[in-house]
Amino acid sequence: MPVTSALQAHSTLDQPIVHLMIVVLVIMSAILVLVTTLVIVASIRFRQRAGMPEPEQNFGNPKLEMTWTIVPFLLLVSIFVLTVITMAHSDPSKTTAAGDDLSPDLVVSGHQFWWEVQYPQAGFTTANEIHIPAGRRMLVRLIGADVIHDFWVPELSRKMDMIPGSPNEIWLLADHPGTYLGTCAEFCGDEHAWMRIRVIAQTSQEFEQWEQSQEQTPPPPTTPQAKHGEQLFRSMSCANCHAVSGVSSGRVGPDLTHLASRETLAAGRLGNNPVNLEAWIHDPSNFKPGSYMPNASLKPEDLSAMVAYLETLR
Amino acid sequence: MSEVPVALPVLRKLQRFEHEGGMLSWVASVDHKQIGILYLVTSLIFFLAGGVEALLMRTQLIVPENRFLNPSLYNQIFTMHGTTMIFLVVVPVLLGLMVYLIPLMIGARDFAFPRLNAFAYWMYALGGLLLYFSFFAHDAPAAGWFAYTPLSEKPYSNLQGMDYWALSLLVVGTGTIATGLNVIATIASMRIKGMSLRHLPLFAWMSLINSFLIVGAMPALNAALVMLLVDRQLQGNFFKPAAGGSPIFWQHVFWNFGHPEVYIMVLPAFGIISEVIPVFSRKVIYGYAVVAGSTVAIALLSFGVWAHHMFAVGLGHFLDLVFAASSMLIAVPTGVKIFNWIATMWGGAIRFTTSMWFAVAFLVMFTIGGLSGVMFAVVPIDWQLTDTYFVVAHMHYVLFGGTAFAVFAGIYYWFPKFSGRMLSERMGKWHFWLTFIGFNLTFMVQHSLGMLGMPRRVFTYPNIHTWKVLNFVSTIGAYILGVSVVVFLWNVIASARQGRTAGDDPWDAWTLEWATSSPPPVHNFDYVPPVRSARPLWDLKHPEDTDWERARKRQRNGR
Repeated sequence: MPVTSALQAHSTLDQPIVHLMIVVLVIMSAILVLVTTLVIVASIRFRQRAGMPEPEQNFGNPKLEMTWTIVPFLLLVSIFVLTVITMAHSDPSKTTAAGDDLSPDLVVSGHQFWWEVQYPQAGFTTANEIHIPAGRRMLVRLIGADVIHDFWVPELSRKMDMIPGSPNEIWLLADHPGTYLGTCAEFCGDEHAWMRIRVIAQTSQEFEQWEQSQEQTPPPPTTPQAKHGEQLFRSMSCANCHAVSGVSSGRVGPDLTHLASRETLAAGRLGNNPVNLEAWIHDPSNFKPGSYMPNASLKPEDLSAMVAYLETLR
Repeated sequence: MSEVPVALPVLRKLQRFEHEGGMLSWVASVDHKQIGILYLVTSLIFFLAGGVEALLMRTQLIVPENRFLNPSLYNQIFTMHGTTMIFLVVVPVLLGLMVYLIPLMIGARDFAFPRLNAFAYWMYALGGLLLYFSFFAHDAPAAGWFAYTPLSEKPYSNLQGMDYWALSLLVVGTGTIATGLNVIATIASMRIKGMSLRHLPLFAWMSLINSFLIVGAMPALNAALVMLLVDRQLQGNFFKPAAGGSPIFWQHVFWNFGHPEVYIMVLPAFGIISEVIPVFSRKVIYGYAVVAGSTVAIALLSFGVWAHHMFAVGLGHFLDLVFAASSMLIAVPTGVKIFNWIATMWGGAIRFTTSMWFAVAFLVMFTIGGLSGVMFAVVPIDWQLTDTYFVVAHMHYVLFGGTAFAVFAGIYYWFPKFSGRMLSERMGKWHFWLTFIGFNLTFMVQHSLGMLGMPRRVFTYPNIHTWKVLNFVSTIGAYILGVSVVVFLWNVIASARQGRTAGDDPWDAWTLEWATSSPPPVHNFDYVPPVRSARPLWDLKHPEDTDWERARKRQRNGR
């Protein structure tokens, strides 16, 4: 599993934050070392020894006290200046030079407990995994679909709340191709822990291929088992909540049009393979208690058929 | 009028209990010392409850994908842990010390409003029971101690836990406001002759400022709670976006209370440290006016920093920067105090009692919490680290490394006054070292967890190697901390029964509470020595070198 770190930037937008964090950490560590040293030296040097008289009573020294008021103040003023500069660099304006709003490249909505990812220009929807072209700045609109969620991919960008009724926007940029892990960072209910997200940055060529594949409706199933699965998908409640292009248009749960091409299931809960998929559909609450995915109570042969069908959604 | 004949005998009986002593006097008492002890004991009980909740959480997190607690239960437990520790432990334990000590420190017979004092305690006890009753009424609240809307609204928290939560805090908060008013009235009107505000012990000073904070901040919480209850019970729309309400509005009102609350939980701790360090360093506090004055600055600024809890909300860069500036500014008067306390130790003759160990450790632990707090004022750093384990580490360094260490210092310092007996120093050293090691093991590594991207308030986490190792270490630290609490309890119970007799003034201290017997009589003082400085007992013990003569000389020399 790849490691995430807020002290590592894979984005020129995040780089200034990491630099600022290192500068501030060094300053804070220096102050901590100073205070700790003073405390330890005082504790050792001024220990009471037997027969010691009461020490000289020193009521204070306004000049000295003024010094340790003004020096930290000046230090903070300089940190404030760095803050202003870093904010402008890491979270640039989302309007054109004329002040008009830019239209978003991506719309990400937080749901209890998964992510809906829309590409408005290409006009398709996916879930839990965001593909972006490396090196291109993407404007992401963030929407809270039910409660407040928070979009956070530490190595690429700042975190930003997704608030019902008041959308936010951030820039998302990955300098190089790679997979970057993130998570919902605002407590959103039972399965907050398993509301993980991954950003997959690709070369622009790969990204275009991926985009084209997402725009296509998957071919209808061919094997009898998968056909049976599709019928079950339509006839049971699955289709009410899940959209599959050309089959259903439910929007309560994640869009499943290209489910089989994703890396994980249930917002990062399980790796995506037929065995896990079957186990997940068989008993969602075993893996994600509190998730709204119901237990469909399928017979074993129906379950296999369902998995066979879903595996065709590439 | 028909109740009167029934009520009068009951009232008379209660009054008799009060005067005759015995167990029932604890229910009927309006004596500030008994009420203070009630606060301390009750908050200790809730501390144990909140501590068990913490251990359950840490046990769930000891390995990734653990199934010890299910997510719903885990969320209830972390909500109860936060709510308990903040409202039923930290604030009331400080109120308990204030209620017990303030009249003694200012040479008064009791509080200005003794009955209000008792009322406030019983509101606290009732509110605490109300919160814990939610466990028996199906479900405890599970939306976090901050109860962000709309998660805390009916559609997403439809069981009664949230209603118990809101009602309980409304009751507890009302009691807290009553005590705040009472402390202000008492210090304003009950000081003995000579006890000018310049002669007030620093613990009383901090308590006074703290009380203004309480009176200013708690009503904001009460307003928020009432609005939440209206939304939940009367189909109101204060915080529901679909009906024109605003979830962010809840955050503004809540943190408008919530940030002053942080200082409510720490100012009296500053007061304790300002009493303990001088006495055990055998030196007068360095810069009395600066220590008191910087606290006033903190109190004023604390009402203008709340949105630093909301840098990820998307308020815009301008507002973010305004609150960043005020939040950085508030670090200055806080930092000043650390240097003043170190300067007090400097050149002293330090006695390392358990109380002093805790106070000295406080200086470093609280500095760590304060410095990581400044990091959150730096907006871009907050954008990365807010809502991660870095925050968990930060606030525990403030509230445990800060306030809890200070409270332990205060308990070891004043226990002889409360009980007439000394706490065991040998057990105290065990208690201190187990607390110090356990605390740092638990929370130091959580800084790294936050840096490594682990969000807070998660019931479990993916199997990432670094997270696994650090969480394991943190849980082991929590168990050590658990053992330290057992040692402390044992020390308190054993010493209360058979500790060494304390005498009136075991530490050779300087403030008025040490001028009466231990424990003090119901009327507090048979005789109060003259007060001409902030250290009346120093003046009494050192007639050749009194503080007030020095002050007069300094004035004459124009300094």
